Amino acid sequence: MLISIASGKGGTGKTALSLLLAAAHSNISLVDCDVEEPNCHLFLQPAWQDPGREITVTIPHIDSALCNGCGACSTVCLFNAIAISGKTALLFDELCHSCGGCLLVCRQQAIIEESKTIGTLATGTSTTHPGIHLVSGTLKVGTPSAVALIKRMKQETAKLTGDVLLDCPPGTSCSMVTAVQDSDFCILVTEPTPFGRHDLELAMNITCLLQIPTGVVINKSDAASSGDESIETLCESRQIPILAKIPHSLSFAKQYAAGCIPDEFQAIAANIWHKLKSERSAGT
Amino acid sequence: MKELVIVSGKGGTGKTSISAALAFLAPQKVLVDCDVDAANFHLISGAAIRETHAFTAGFEPHVDEETCTHCGKCTDLCRFEAITDGVITTPLNCEGCGVCAFNCPAHAISMKEKQAGHWFVSDTRFGRLIHAELGLSVENSGKLVSKVRQEAKKIATAHRLPLIITDGPPGIGCPAIAALSGASLALAVVEPSASSMHDVKRLVDLVSHFGLPLSVCINKSTLHPENTQELIAWCDHNAIPVAGQLPYSDAFRNAIQSGKTVLEMPENAEVKDSLKKLWHNLATLLEVPATESKFGYLQRRLNPFR
Repeated sequence: MLISIASGKGGTGKTALSLLLAAAHSNISLVDCDVEEPNCHLFLQPAWQDPGREITVTIPHIDSALCNGCGACSTVCLFNAIAISGKTALLFDELCHSCGGCLLVCRQQAIIEESKTIGTLATGTSTTHPGIHLVSGTLKVGTPSAVALIKRMKQETAKLTGDVLLDCPPGTSCSMVTAVQDSDFCILVTEPTPFGRHDLELAMNITCLLQIPTGVVINKSDAASSGDESIETLCESRQIPILAKIPHSLSFAKQYAAGCIPDEFQAIAANIWHKLKSERSAGT
Repeated sequence: MKELVIVSGKGGTGKTSISAALAFLAPQKVLVDCDVDAANFHLISGAAIRETHAFTAGFEPHVDEETCTHCGKCTDLCRFEAITDGVITTPLNCEGCGVCAFNCPAHAISMKEKQAGHWFVSDTRFGRLIHAELGLSVENSGKLVSKVRQEAKKIATAHRLPLIITDGPPGIGCPAIAALSGASLALAVVEPSASSMHDVKRLVDLVSHFGLPLSVCINKSTLHPENTQELIAWCDHNAIPVAGQLPYSDAFRNAIQSGKTVLEMPENAEVKDSLKKLWHNLATLLEVPATESKFGYLQRRLNPFR
C-alpha cells in the first residue's frame, strides 16, 4: 500500500506524522519526496547503502561549429530556453524542460543531448529505528524544478514491496502533484488555524482531481479553540474522514526539535494504521 | 526603493506571522505575498480585494479529433507520458512543450495559452497588498512570483514608498529563486530544530548564489536553547547577522486564530519587544526609516490618494 502524506501548507507536521507512522510499523519503507528540504534522515540517522546516486536529466548541447544560427530550435522552444546570438544558438539550461523538441527540428544536427545532475538519491536503513528503510532525494541547490527528481524517486518506489510511506513536498503545485499521484491513499495533515484550513481545502481539490482516497489528520489540535471545529465542518462537507487528532504538545515539539521521534503519540499512530487497513479492505 | 524578502528553508517556521508583524511596524510600504502556492497573508491582514487579474503562462495542447489520424507519433515523441493514441490522457503530466503540436503530421494539435491563476491587488490594515493564487497543479509558480513582485514595484514607485515587504515561499526551488532575485535583503526565519537548521544551510547556499545580504531571525528560540546557541554560533561563524530572536509563544497561534498580528493582541510584552527589536535591526540593515517621520505623516494626511 502506497500512502502519501501531504498538506497544502508547510510546517503542519508532514514529516513528523510520516516518522510517527513509520515508527509504529514493524517493517516499512519511507520515501522522503520533499527533495527541496529533505529532513527524515535527520531523525532516522540511516546507514546509507549507497553513497547517493546522482540523478540526471538530459539537456541539449549545441555544437557551435555545426550551428548556422537558423533559429529553428529557438522558435519551437516554448520555454524560451534557447536564444540566437549572432550565428549561433545559446542555451539557458535552467529553463530547459528536457522535452527534446529542439533536437527534432535542427537540420544541421548541431544538437546532441548530454546529462545534467539535478540531485542525488540515497537509500539506507535507519539506525535509530531499524525497521525503517529510507529512500531520500536531495535537490541540487539552484535547480528550479523538483519534478524530474521526484519522478525518478517514484520509479524507485514502484520497485519497493510492502507498505510505503511518502513524505510529500508542501503546496499544491506540480511537485506535490507528482509526489501524490498514483498513491493508494493520501493523508492530508493540517493544523486548526485559518491558514491550515485555507491550504487544506486547496490540497483536497488536488486529491479529488486525482481521485485518490483521502483522510485528514489534525495536528496541534486544540479542543479549546474554534479551529478544530472549522476543519471538522470542512471535512464533513467534502465527505473526507478525519483519521486522528494529534494534540498540541510542547514536550513533543521540544523532543522533535532535538531530532528524536517522540513516542508520545504512538497509540494515535497505531490507530491511524488500523483505520488505513480497514479503509483499504473496505475499498477493495 | 528597498525590498525585504522573508524566507525559510522549511515551511511553518513563522514567515507569515513575522511578515505581518513587520508590516504592522514598518511605515510606508507595499506588501507582497509570494507564497502563491498557499497564500495566507490576506487572511491575517484583513484584505479587501480591489483588483483581480488573470494570469496566463505556458501552453496546453488541444487535439482536433476530426483531423487526428491516431498515427501515434505524438505518443512516441512525448517524453512526459501525457499522450496515448492522440488523446491527452494525463493532462497533469503535460509540461506544455509543444513537441506533439510541432511534429503532428496531420497538424491536428494546437497549443493554446494556459490560464494559470490569478493575482490580486488588495487593501489591508497595513497598506496595499499584492497577492496571487496559482491554479491547482500548475507550474510556473516562479513566473507568478515574478509577476506579483513586479506589480508591487510599480505601486511602490507610483506612490513613492521606500519599502516592499515580501512574504516569501518556502523551499529553495523555483518560487524561492524568483522571490529572491534582485531583492535588497533576505531575512531567514529559522527555528532551533534539527530540520530547520539543516534547511537554512541549504537556503544560505541559494542566497549567496544571488549575492544578497542575509540576516536571520530565530523563531521559537526557547524551544531548544542549546540549538539556539549553536545556531547563533553558526551565524557568527558565517558572518550572518542575527537580526532577532523571538521566544516560543502561543501568542502567534492565537493571533492567527483571530485574524490579527501578534502586535495587535493584548499582552505578550516579551514577544512584542523582540519583534520591535527585530524591525529596528532590519530597518538599520535596509537603511530605511524605522518610524514614520513627521514630514511623512503630514504628507500622507494631506494626500488621501496615496
